[in-house]
Amino acid sequence: MQTQTEIGYNSKIEGDVIVTRVDAALNWFRKNSLWPMPMGLACCAIELMATGASRFDISRFGAEVMRFSPRQSDVMIVAGTVTYKMALAVRRIYDQMAEPKWVIAMGACASTGGMYRSYAVLQGVDRILPVDIYVAGCPPRPEALLDALIRLQNKVAKTPVIATQKKVAA
Amino acid sequence: MTSLELAQKLKAQFGEIISEPGEFRGEIALTLLNCERIAEVCAFAKKELGFDYLVDVSSLDNYGDDPRFTVVYHLYGIKHRCYLRLKTDVSEEKSELPTVTKVWRTADWHEREIYDMMGIRFSGHPDLRRILMWDGYPYFPLRKDFPLAGKPSELPDVAFTKPAPLEGGPFVTVAGGKDAISREPRVRIPETDSVELNNRIERRDDIRKAHGESFGPGPKETNK
Repeated sequence: MQTQTEIGYNSKIEGDVIVTRVDAALNWFRKNSLWPMPMGLACCAIELMATGASRFDISRFGAEVMRFSPRQSDVMIVAGTVTYKMALAVRRIYDQMAEPKWVIAMGACASTGGMYRSYAVLQGVDRILPVDIYVAGCPPRPEALLDALIRLQNKVAKTPVIATQKKVAA
Repeated sequence: MTSLELAQKLKAQFGEIISEPGEFRGEIALTLLNCERIAEVCAFAKKELGFDYLVDVSSLDNYGDDPRFTVVYHLYGIKHRCYLRLKTDVSEEKSELPTVTKVWRTADWHEREIYDMMGIRFSGHPDLRRILMWDGYPYFPLRKDFPLAGKPSELPDVAFTKPAPLEGGPFVTVAGGKDAISREPRVRIPETDSVELNNRIERRDDIRKAHGESFGPGPKETNK
């Protein structure tokens, strides 16, 4: 005998059925399991590790599965100074990630080159990758990275999925 | 056994080609007048004088002077705990001197770094490739005539570079300035050394004119 009333969904009335849109369901899956590709290149990577550890605990947002394989990753977190020597390797790893994929530029260096106005440093990873979220800070606090992740989740939730699918030629 | 005594032993062995030991803040430096014999001098310093540890090899660019480059070797003996600094000049036309990798194997990467950053070659080096920049990079970035912002270069599928926006820089700190104002990093005015800057502190109005109102610690003090 049912003793509590569930708000919005009652299996006695509606059966084992939830009505939603495909877009909403897919985006709900995607935004709650954003697996990061940790592109740790400098000191920002230390804050990235702190974000993954128990005090800040990125797994609260479903992004704790740091994959060191681009094939299994959804979001590349570029954490640190991108030198020109590393730039095309970063680009190559990004190219190896499966669609859909996103990029977070974490910290001043990844966003703009930071304090390294020099011959050796790429002046912002957005010169080689499409960046979704920029995080300010040198390095950013873990809270800032979590905020970026939540903003990315909101962005993912609003992405039209079906409308932008590639059409198979008949 | 002190550094000075060891330096004098080295001087006694090689005579004319080594300068008198110079002392600066308790550290002894020798200048080798013929860079071709550096490996020989280093081998003697290691085998006979016990300098078994090569701390560092570095290089200077005396841009505008001849000879253009100076290579500096920092030697240390773990037994006698003495340091010795060996300097030798290398001309730009030659840009080459013998390797010391056969004396200390650790010189391998030091010499590769000097080759990479300054473009000085080391004859007899077992593996003289670039170490920080990539193979095929066309410039030597630590030379004085290379701009901090860099120059454009392109090596397809390997790397590319573009000049960095310096926004009016580079901002240079002047060592030995009298106060924080003259020492802090700022756009360096050519022909302005620390003495000149100190003099200019006395004439702040001139500097205000040159740098705008942001310069200096606030309103000028008035004598009452």
